[in-house]
Amino acid sequence: MRAALAALLSHWRRSPLQLAMLLLGLALATALWSGVQAINAEARASYAEAAATLGQDRLSRIAADGPVPQETYVALRRAGWRVSPVVEERLRIDERRSLRLIGIDPLTLPAPAQQVEFGEGDALLPFLTAPGLIFADPETLARMEGADLPPLRAAEGLPPGIGLMDIGQAQRLLGMEGRISHLLLDPEAPQPGPLPDGLRLVSPDSESDVARLTDSFHLNLTAFGLLSFAVGLFIVHSAIGLAFEQRRPMFRTLRALGVTARTLIGLLFAELLLFALLAGAAGLLLGYLVAALLLPDVAATLRGLYGAEVPGTLAFRPGWAAAGLGIALLGTLVSSAQSLWRVAHLPLLAPAQPRAWAVASERALWRQAMAAVGLLILAGALLLWGRGIVAAFVLLAALLLGAALLLPVLLAALLRGAQGLARGPIAQWFWADTRQQLPGLSLALMALLLALAANIGVGTMVSSFRLTFTGWLDQRLAFELYLSAPDQETADRVVRWLEPRAEAVLPIVRAETEVRGQPAQLYGMADHPTYRENWPLLAEAPGVWDLLAGGGWALVNEQLARREGLEPGDPIRLPGWEGRIAAVYSDYGNPSAQVILGLDRFFALHPDAERRRYGIRVAPDRAAALAEEMRAAFDLGDEGLIDQASLKGFSLQVFERTFAVTAALNVLTLGVAGLAMFASLMVLSGMRLPQLAPVWAMGLTKARLARLEMLRTLLLAAGTMAAALPLGLALAWVLLAVVNVQAFGWRLPMHVFPLDWLTLGALALVAAALAATVPVRRLARLRPADLLRVFANER
Amino acid sequence: MWTVRVKDPSDKLLSLEGVSKSYATGEGPVQVLAGVDLTLAAGQSLALTGESGSGKSTLLHLAAGLDAADRGRIVVAGHDISQAGDAERARLRRGTVGLVFQQFNLIPSLDVAANLAFQARLAGRHDPRWQAELAETLGLAACLHRYPEQLSGGQQQRVAIGRTLAARPRLVLADEPTGNLDEATGDAVMALFLRLVDQTGAGLLMVTHSARLAARLQGRVQLSAGRLA
Repeated sequence: MRAALAALLSHWRRSPLQLAMLLLGLALATALWSGVQAINAEARASYAEAAATLGQDRLSRIAADGPVPQETYVALRRAGWRVSPVVEERLRIDERRSLRLIGIDPLTLPAPAQQVEFGEGDALLPFLTAPGLIFADPETLARMEGADLPPLRAAEGLPPGIGLMDIGQAQRLLGMEGRISHLLLDPEAPQPGPLPDGLRLVSPDSESDVARLTDSFHLNLTAFGLLSFAVGLFIVHSAIGLAFEQRRPMFRTLRALGVTARTLIGLLFAELLLFALLAGAAGLLLGYLVAALLLPDVAATLRGLYGAEVPGTLAFRPGWAAAGLGIALLGTLVSSAQSLWRVAHLPLLAPAQPRAWAVASERALWRQAMAAVGLLILAGALLLWGRGIVAAFVLLAALLLGAALLLPVLLAALLRGAQGLARGPIAQWFWADTRQQLPGLSLALMALLLALAANIGVGTMVSSFRLTFTGWLDQRLAFELYLSAPDQETADRVVRWLEPRAEAVLPIVRAETEVRGQPAQLYGMADHPTYRENWPLLAEAPGVWDLLAGGGWALVNEQLARREGLEPGDPIRLPGWEGRIAAVYSDYGNPSAQVILGLDRFFALHPDAERRRYGIRVAPDRAAALAEEMRAAFDLGDEGLIDQASLKGFSLQVFERTFAVTAALNVLTLGVAGLAMFASLMVLSGMRLPQLAPVWAMGLTKARLARLEMLRTLLLAAGTMAAALPLGLALAWVLLAVVNVQAFGWRLPMHVFPLDWLTLGALALVAAALAATVPVRRLARLRPADLLRVFANER
Repeated sequence: MWTVRVKDPSDKLLSLEGVSKSYATGEGPVQVLAGVDLTLAAGQSLALTGESGSGKSTLLHLAAGLDAADRGRIVVAGHDISQAGDAERARLRRGTVGLVFQQFNLIPSLDVAANLAFQARLAGRHDPRWQAELAETLGLAACLHRYPEQLSGGQQQRVAIGRTLAARPRLVLADEPTGNLDEATGDAVMALFLRLVDQTGAGLLMVTHSARLAARLQGRVQLSAGRLA
């Protein structure tokens, strides 16, 4: 058995490049997949940590529709409720930084919520007394360097992005004097009676809202990781297929010499296992590096889009490593299943035919076409009847895989047509020979198709999104200036000051509400031309603005409308209000449900809602000067007053970072596909000599043959690009019209960007040319002796 | 239909003067040919015999311009190819020389008809009637639309021979062309070769181990240890 294994392994010694490609393909596939998984694992661990902050995954809370007045807390304590007050609000430090500040009362905090050791009392006093002390994890601490904050101290075990301080100091810092966000209930103490009106009991929740909100984002990342993994597996499948084909005579010899089929399969299996472990380990290392590189962007995206805090540094998790090795093994098995099956059914006495693999592949072409049609029908069925994000991703997978399987069938038909039209002998040979090369190249071409289609699809989606988002921002951010006063008194003074100076000063008011049992944001909207002329409506009832101002109608955002199947005219009920929907508006970048009522109706429902934020209309050319005056007069600072351009800039920055990871994965996938092409061409070039030598002997120079080889590669890449275009557009449509709707709740109009296609097409040709350069140069520089070996008896 | 050329024994189709060739191996250079002189006139057929490894195939490859000699002069149809570049030698192979390989070396992606026509079309001398006659004589008429992999070894060799003859080259270089054929087909193929030589004035240099076939040609030279005996 050892001799047989040595014989099998000797192939790799003689074909180190093939071995390198196999290992590289598997390592890259594992790297991209496990890289994405590392990011997901890190983010989910952070969500779990955040959910467990102050024991909220185990402790019940008492909350109100808005902040709880401090007097209510005092009254509850006097009535015998063992509750501890908490304030929790995001504190904006500057343009780029913010901190989720949590204020606690360390003296009444229930035991499960204790997260900070105050030591021998050396921290307690500065914690309780002005200016206070903020505890944060070391990474957050580093991020807050230079911020205008009270003293900071490192505390292990706190989730990233959170600052923990005394409630009194936090109230002052957040401008929440006299108000509490919620009350933590001591689980040990009995409840002395029913809760007073306006308060409600919130059960502990092991999954944070953030985890729920970001599910779609992580699913998107996982889908991309899976696509990269699949593209990598094409290299592995190709390398294993060719290696098995080249060793076919050796398999027969081994069988003829008495090695049983079972032993042979076992040896091959062991060989593959060894490769999978080696490449898997390398892939894990590479994946860790990829994840470490991408994580800061992902963390920024999650912070910007969902307010989710994920650390920018990566922790090593043994479970992740084991899963990575597992996926490498699984990938190897999937890639080699067909080859192993063929070896198991290898007829012992059949003559060794170099073209047997190609012939078998041609026969398989028909079956492949059938499978492709089946997958495309499945995609169509899912499009018509599928529901939910998982169905959307299965639809994407079926579409991509179906199209990839169809590619060789289409290319074979095209080449057959070209051969039929060819007149000269060289042209005729060229097309026939290209057809013959197709089975060996088809896997690489399929990988290229997937990478190009993903590039076109995701590129179209991102560019469409960018175009729509920019237009939408122009509509939505219609005020020239946005005021966010530190307290009510300042807000009132500023508004009075603005009356003679601004064209309009409209309040931006918000409260928490519930729609059909789900949390939602409720806004109040003044009846003003600013909204009538600008607010981006997707569907509306006639006279929408008058209806809204009347108080009996509401606007809902697209996310809520799609999730609940709501349309203009439908009834809608909020706590304390019942009415109809006047319109649905687009609300990109916001994962939450949102309802807008007329301002009067809003205040009727939430009379205590804060009025610290205002939108200010002023002639655009006067906006900068007015802002200067306001800052000077009221000491508003950068956070208190934001101009339209800054806000748009910030929103676009969040948008760009959101897709930075997607773009990086896109480029990596294209790189892997280029490598697959290179691997296949290199391996094939070694098998090409018997096909090229006779043509050379009959009078074609090596240089011409090399040029024809290059032309062949470029033509196949161009054909693949041509097929990738409609597939990519279909992918973009599915992403925009199906996946986005399921994942985020909004649908975007699709725009096309032909210039991007030309760039990508040129890039694909350059990648193909680069991939072909080495084998073509090798052919052009071949010594006659190498070609003559083909004609030698001893060959 | 044969194209008849004037036979002139003084018309040297192939001339080798002091040709030497060695190959580098792991154990140092191996001298394959050591100063070979050989002349083949138009309309002449010559058998080249010798033991395995005596340099027969190498001599054939040098004569065809597939490889360059280390030393010596090789003239094919009046062209000195000793110093010729790749392109010039390729042109000579395309237009003047016909090669029959022992290993057939058909083009696997083309069917039998396209294989038969290939070299003639490259040379610009494709004659469908002549090709049909060849296919008939070689017993290939029934398998013109099959691919090489669907043929037996003997059939493949007949296609390889037909491909060369279809181009009506001035110089035919054949490396054991009948080695894979049964005796009757081998004889028929030999008759075709000789008919080509006789009627077109082509030259034929054929490597063979068969004394019986060698006897049918006009002359015979033997290679031994890189030299003509």
